[in-house]
Amino acid sequence: MLPSLSDCRRNWSWVFKTMSEAFPIDSVGLVSPFLEVFDEPLPLSSGDSLIGFELMVETYGELNDDASNAILVCHALSGNHHAAGKHQVDDRKSGWWDLVIGPGKPIDTNRFYVVSTNNIGGCDGSTGPSAINPATGDPWGPNFPQLGVSDWVRSQKCLADRLGIQCWAAVVGGSLGGMQALQWAVDYPDAVAHCLVFASAPGLTAQNIAFNEIARHAIISDPEWHQGHYQVEGKIPTRGLALARMLGHLTYMSADGMSDRFGRELREGSFEQDSTAEVVFQVESYLRHQGGQFSTRFDANTYVLMTRALDYFDIAQRFNGDLTATMAATQAEFFILSFSSDWRFSPVRSQELVDAALAAGRPVTYAELETDEGHDAFLLDVPGYLPLLQAYMTRVGPQPTLEQAH
Amino acid sequence: MRLDLTHIKQWIPRHSKVLDLGCGDGEFLRLLRDERGIIGTGIEIDLAQLSAAVARGLNVLQQDLDSGLPNFPDNSFDTVVMAHALQALHHPHRALENIVRIGSEAIVTFPNFGHWRCRLHLGLFGQMPVSRVMPYSWYDTPNIHFCTVKDFETLCDQLNIEIVAQDVVGVDQRDTWLARLWPNLFAVTAIFRIRRRQQR
Repeated sequence: MLPSLSDCRRNWSWVFKTMSEAFPIDSVGLVSPFLEVFDEPLPLSSGDSLIGFELMVETYGELNDDASNAILVCHALSGNHHAAGKHQVDDRKSGWWDLVIGPGKPIDTNRFYVVSTNNIGGCDGSTGPSAINPATGDPWGPNFPQLGVSDWVRSQKCLADRLGIQCWAAVVGGSLGGMQALQWAVDYPDAVAHCLVFASAPGLTAQNIAFNEIARHAIISDPEWHQGHYQVEGKIPTRGLALARMLGHLTYMSADGMSDRFGRELREGSFEQDSTAEVVFQVESYLRHQGGQFSTRFDANTYVLMTRALDYFDIAQRFNGDLTATMAATQAEFFILSFSSDWRFSPVRSQELVDAALAAGRPVTYAELETDEGHDAFLLDVPGYLPLLQAYMTRVGPQPTLEQAH
Repeated sequence: MRLDLTHIKQWIPRHSKVLDLGCGDGEFLRLLRDERGIIGTGIEIDLAQLSAAVARGLNVLQQDLDSGLPNFPDNSFDTVVMAHALQALHHPHRALENIVRIGSEAIVTFPNFGHWRCRLHLGLFGQMPVSRVMPYSWYDTPNIHFCTVKDFETLCDQLNIEIVAQDVVGVDQRDTWLARLWPNLFAVTAIFRIRRRQQR
């Protein structure tokens, strides 16, 4: 017997219902990454070169006819190409910047074509230390050439050329991603209309480099490290990676934020007289969890390589350390944001960028957002952040003509 | 649009670079951009106001005017506007020195505490005046440095600042001719166009 009309209706409404439960209306929904293969050699800032490379890419929204609505989103140290939506309906988490990217969100996929890549040297599909070195047939491991931020930018320029994007409406990033956005504006001045730099800096401080060195040391001290050849040995230096992540994660939070979130609360055990159970603070449990998770998904050689790239980054290097001259060489408009409790990339460092832009006569908008969330704030819905970003984005990309506006 | 802003609009050259200190929601800069083609930058401390100005497509920096604006190079703007902010600053004299350093010219407006109503209020009732324009009690007000037209002129002289032009806003249009005649007594809002005194 054929199903009745009401049966059909019921079935369809069930489909719509589950879809809408899985994806809110402002989500990009289900997305699939794709691999772009480049057969041309990629010269690197170290003097080495890659004979070819692959980029794992995700895009959201549609590129318009004159390719004037493209936005490049750059990820931070531990991020990847998966910036928004989900790969599977039952994925526990959405992409790392799902808060910001989607239909009707500040980076509105109804208006923009958003491109997100996994940096080369990464461990999520793009050419990196865990890929096979064509010269030896073995994984690159620690022999993967050292990369700099400008190398990521150069690899992304190849992608832009292939996609037919001559000028990004905006290049956007936080932390290491912000450095990449800056590098884009400096290396390809006419290919960046707006440069959005959040929780970032013109270069790392000694304290920052020190934290990275401790993290690297944690990894290379792991007995499973094998001078970086752990992959060939069939081992993973998980303890070192976990420790590196615990330390990193700690520096991304603020003392006040941690007090609010964890206080001195216990996860297990108690301080009662007769209690024999081990005492575990909430904050300990949290860090252990973060470290453990990270050590199963991230590659140790990538971590070492990426933190070195961070350490070596100096946006003013080509201009003998003159930040004003650096900014004067750009053509982009700048939108710089810092977060009050971010001590890893403090507001002072963002202010340096702002002052250099002012001195160079470049258009710049700046705000320091008040929050307890520390460096991680650029990934979170902190007060005032999303409305301000939304406000800025109205000037980015193709503007409505007068007829459309009225 | 506040009356003092309509008055100063005419003093701002077309296509010039304008810095608006305490730009609020950016309404004035937007108007100057749309009507006179200026390139504007705003400074605003309040985030909600700043967001509103950013939404108008303006470049705005969140910064405290009392910081002395050391990050702004000398002569980097044609005109620096500071409307109704002088009385809220901790160091009005330093701000004045800085705005004539940053701008080739500056326009400053402030409420005139020498207005006859203020004087009458203080004289008759012996209490700080509270009005529709300045609705705060003395102990809880952003306005911590009131001055009169005469005070301002004296300060400019001390700071080697030249007054290029002067205008006033009275209670209403009818009142304005009287205020022009006797600004210290009848101006509700004083408007000064100033610049660094040329060294001879």
